[in-house]
Amino acid sequence: MLRRVVITGMGGLTALGHDWTVIRGNLHNRRSGVKYMEEWSGFKDINTRLAAPVAAFDLPSQYNRKTMRSMGPVAILSTRATELALENAGLLGAPILTSGSTGIAYGACAGSAEPVIAFGHMAKTGSLHGVTSNTYMQMMSHTGAVNISLFFGITGRIIPSSSACTSGSQAIGFAYETIKFGKQVVMIAGGAEELSLGPSAVFDTLFAASTRNDAPGTTPRPFDRDRDGLVVGEGAATLILEELEHARQRGATIYAEIVGFGCNADGSHMTQPNTSAIAKVMQLALEDAALSSQAIGYVNAHATGTKLGDVAESVATHEVLGSRMPISSLKSYFGHTLGACGSLEAWLTIEMMRDNWFAPTMNLDNLDPECAELDYLTGNGRNFEVEYVMSNNFAFGGINTTLIFRRWGS
Amino acid sequence: MDKQDIFKTLKDTLVEQFELDPAKITPEARLSEDLDLDSIDAVDLVLKLQEITGRKVSPEQFREVRTVGDVQTVIEQIMAVNK
Repeated sequence: MLRRVVITGMGGLTALGHDWTVIRGNLHNRRSGVKYMEEWSGFKDINTRLAAPVAAFDLPSQYNRKTMRSMGPVAILSTRATELALENAGLLGAPILTSGSTGIAYGACAGSAEPVIAFGHMAKTGSLHGVTSNTYMQMMSHTGAVNISLFFGITGRIIPSSSACTSGSQAIGFAYETIKFGKQVVMIAGGAEELSLGPSAVFDTLFAASTRNDAPGTTPRPFDRDRDGLVVGEGAATLILEELEHARQRGATIYAEIVGFGCNADGSHMTQPNTSAIAKVMQLALEDAALSSQAIGYVNAHATGTKLGDVAESVATHEVLGSRMPISSLKSYFGHTLGACGSLEAWLTIEMMRDNWFAPTMNLDNLDPECAELDYLTGNGRNFEVEYVMSNNFAFGGINTTLIFRRWGS
Repeated sequence: MDKQDIFKTLKDTLVEQFELDPAKITPEARLSEDLDLDSIDAVDLVLKLQEITGRKVSPEQFREVRTVGDVQTVIEQIMAVNK
């Protein structure tokens, strides 16, 4: 028997605040999290100086030497975001977490960057200086997932979903399927990204990073004619997924239901987006949800602000959902949070659906004529009520994901 | 380095590396039961001692270590080897 899967907790750490009330205020005021990175000025070969770092956050006393020794920044972000989500779900300290019925699906582009330097030093010099018992634990790709497990005593299955920019969305999708097929009752799902120069340098090399260094608030510009690339962001977001009957029995607040997930690969190019594969993934999710395209009321776009990506996505969205489709991109506020964006955007899309207000794409002043016809939200955003929302994400290697969420209580 | 210097260095290292209360660090203090250090911490302690002394600690030397005093004995041994 297939189970229904609902979201009963959401939380995160972002460039624009760490709870929906604060973030909503910043979205309404069209505040950007993008900053000029003074500390990057020494890296002469890199053109971009822009990033959207996470806003300062406090760690409670349970974050001590022993609980944090295996954590680099990305694991700290993952763990704290999860704690906020579990608290929101009313599940902090609940027996279900340690019972084996709760699992974790979590990812990031990679583990922490700092330990890589120690191993690089070793490879070059033969010296183990700087390598400790935890250096590898902080560097490994599933560092976030297993640090969450240790911190909260989670004993169910662990699904590392480190797939660059679909890490967070795959985590939610795989967690949804895990509960749907009865393998777990609760799943902690999300993604995180710590800020380091590496990813910015990668996009810089591909000429896909924005270099509007003297005007941080005006970039990235998803779908805009004058966009010049993406800005790397930092953050983490966790959703708590729960089997519907379990959530009902404990009287949990239900924020939304996950009704569809699609995941595919284009099998054709490492970095170039593929319109037909993107269209296909949206269709897969619609089929999974047993919905027609007409049912979808809003699309949260991946739209990072690159020339190729935005066009391919808009054409695919138009092909599947038609020109009437309201669409916006949150990356104009938070930058591209890579491993975190899938879960961060899922969280905020659900919050916007609950608020009946959808944020506009900031900096979208003149639509790129190559982008397909869609109902691009600009200005002050828009108030409207929808039954279903879709969130799309795409990653290097040609991975595509689509998630569909249903309003709860309607 | 005499015995007292070694103990002081060891104590400072334990306090700094593992955020321990200096008053708890006595020669009799047991690493696991009294100071709440585990096998992962022991590895990092060995790495730190190697860094400070510039000498290699063999796994055999550290196997029987239970107390702060035992650690001191190991340091004295490795320091004496190349005296």
